[in-house]
Amino acid sequence: MSDIYLDNNATTACDPKVVEAMLPYFLEQFGNPSSIHSFGSGVGRAVSKARKQVQELLGAEHDSEIIFTSCGTESDNTAILSALKCFPNRKEIITTTVEHPAILALCAQLEKEGYTIHRLKVDGKGRLDLEEYRKVLTPEVAIVSVMWANNETGTLFPVEEMAEMAHAVGVQFHTDAVQAVGKVPIDLKSTKIDMLSVSGHKLHAPKGIGVLYLRRGVRFRPLLRGGHQERGRRAGTENAASVVGLGKACELALEHIEFENVQVKALRDRLEQGILSQVPHCFVTGDPVNRLPNTANIAFEYIEGEAILMLLNKKGIAASSGSACTSGSLEPSHVMRAMDIPYTAAHGTIRFSLSRYNTQAEIDRVIEAVPPIVAQLRKLSPYWGEDGPVAAPEKAFAPVYA
Amino acid sequence: MWEYSEKVKEHFYQPRNVGVLEGANGVGDVGSISCGDALRLSIKVNPDSEIIENASFQTFGCGSAIASSSALTEIIKGMTVEDALKVTNQDIADYLDGLPPEKMHCSVMGREALQAAVANYRGVEWKDDHEEGALVCKCFAVDAVMIEETIRVNGLRSVQDVTNYTKAGGGCCACHEGIEEILVKVLAEQGIAFDPEAAAKAAEPEPLPIAASAKAAKAPLTLVQRIRRIEAVIESIRPNLRMDGGDAELVDVDGNTVYVKMTGACSGCSMAAMTIGGSQQRLMEDLGEFIKVIPADKMPAAREPRTAAAAGAYGGFGARRIPPTF
Repeated sequence: MSDIYLDNNATTACDPKVVEAMLPYFLEQFGNPSSIHSFGSGVGRAVSKARKQVQELLGAEHDSEIIFTSCGTESDNTAILSALKCFPNRKEIITTTVEHPAILALCAQLEKEGYTIHRLKVDGKGRLDLEEYRKVLTPEVAIVSVMWANNETGTLFPVEEMAEMAHAVGVQFHTDAVQAVGKVPIDLKSTKIDMLSVSGHKLHAPKGIGVLYLRRGVRFRPLLRGGHQERGRRAGTENAASVVGLGKACELALEHIEFENVQVKALRDRLEQGILSQVPHCFVTGDPVNRLPNTANIAFEYIEGEAILMLLNKKGIAASSGSACTSGSLEPSHVMRAMDIPYTAAHGTIRFSLSRYNTQAEIDRVIEAVPPIVAQLRKLSPYWGEDGPVAAPEKAFAPVYA
Repeated sequence: MWEYSEKVKEHFYQPRNVGVLEGANGVGDVGSISCGDALRLSIKVNPDSEIIENASFQTFGCGSAIASSSALTEIIKGMTVEDALKVTNQDIADYLDGLPPEKMHCSVMGREALQAAVANYRGVEWKDDHEEGALVCKCFAVDAVMIEETIRVNGLRSVQDVTNYTKAGGGCCACHEGIEEILVKVLAEQGIAFDPEAAAKAAEPEPLPIAASAKAAKAPLTLVQRIRRIEAVIESIRPNLRMDGGDAELVDVDGNTVYVKMTGACSGCSMAAMTIGGSQQRLMEDLGEFIKVIPADKMPAAREPRTAAAAGAYGGFGARRIPPTF
């Protein structure tokens, strides 16, 4: 029995068709796309084709709005730092408490350098309060950066509406859409989104390739200066093979977008229901009615996530967790804390993220494997009695240091 | 995922001594639910012999927390209470063939649970003096709280100071930005601005008794003075090594080569090379000449039977001594 991969929000397998499309660009078509000779021109055409494939998936108006970068993090950093350079007198940034570290760590650094960061809070289901957003959205703000979909819970944010609001006060709007692209339909030309980040390896393209969508006419300052590549907006010789791979991956994602939202979603729901109906004291985190079709984040109370992952791994099942131990930090996931999930549950959150390659047989194996694993760990837990949590768990076990 | 030893995995997959212990007469609860690991250790002590006849645990935590708990119960069963209290967190880690640096705190938690359980058995109150911060230096497993305290207590000013006192930042150097941030914060409390250009203060936690005079006197040292100086520097780094359960001893001096014997936890430790490098740096700073520190087990066979004093008596290095270059 082969292993089951349910960690597609972390990274995905390259689609074999993607790899096939890339291969000629290592050995035969190795030229520099900027070169005049025949070695280069074929590569140049392949990069142009890929740009159009990305444009189509994103629903961008022009292919020149697609800038290839090295990853989602680079796209995020480029977007925010560009806005700060374009509007040197604006010293405020709006983001959320649940962004990816690519945004949060950058903002924390900018805060030290004197910028004011407005981090929008979320409620218990991970939803934003647009009134809070409206209050801080002033012309003092250089840029708003809000993720399209949360990587841990899959919860979707109303970025199209938020972009309209930012546009109305003349503030640039960026969205980190690395989890959303390829999973939910996107049509940028009908929105007011100015910039959007894509990461190739989240949609079956290779690692090391990303995209920054930059709406035509939006003021921009490059992060990397040098050659004229990407029309001077991102210098550095094109990662041609990966660009071609990402183009193919975008074409395939567009073909499968309905499959993702019907079949993959059905498998996700089956997995979730299968676990919830068998395991007591567990719940879905985030907003179950408004989230990515492939993501299920379940909190198993009174046990710890890394221990669950190790036992799942032993059964050949790959997932991930929001526990402190899996990150090497002292706190559980900032997303779980932002939603005010109690520590006894936050450390026990497990994210199952599916892809179009998962099968029903796999999902049924996971549904069978999870309940005994949870029961086994609860037997070890000081918060768990014979067959339920001990009475008043937080009082029954109150260790010495907090 | 962490690189766990086979022993850790085995104790996690098949933990020993799990659950509530019938007839337990000592229980220790430690850990922190916010950090994601907490442990209850129960022991059954024979009041006449003071022998721990049985032990069991209940743990909320990750793989290494569960494995450390399991290992702890196996180690202490059959020990007297007195002997059990001598078990260090390093003993627990060693029993498991080592833990990743980020996970050493799991073994610390085990040791604290033991202290708490024994205190409970003896009917005394156990107070935890342990405070843990975010891990800053991954090479030497030094956390933010320890760095902050050390800066405060010793009036440190530079990253180099912090490395000299805690070892943090002495390995791959990737945490230097983090150490600077802590310096900025702690120095600001004292109304001092952090100056990245500031020179490191004298490297010794306790100034060497001869340091002052040595710096004044630039005249070449006599043989005996020189060996004493080398010995004093080695002495000054020993407290730090002992904190980690290791030790070092000066074995021989041959010209500008100093042979040091690493013992205890230092022997065979993957960080021994860095400790050696650190003491070499300190010797060079103090003596003002080039010094090479070599582990005694790499000493040429012909030198081995000789002691440092004998080497001096032979006068082997006197003639070849490199003059101090300040």
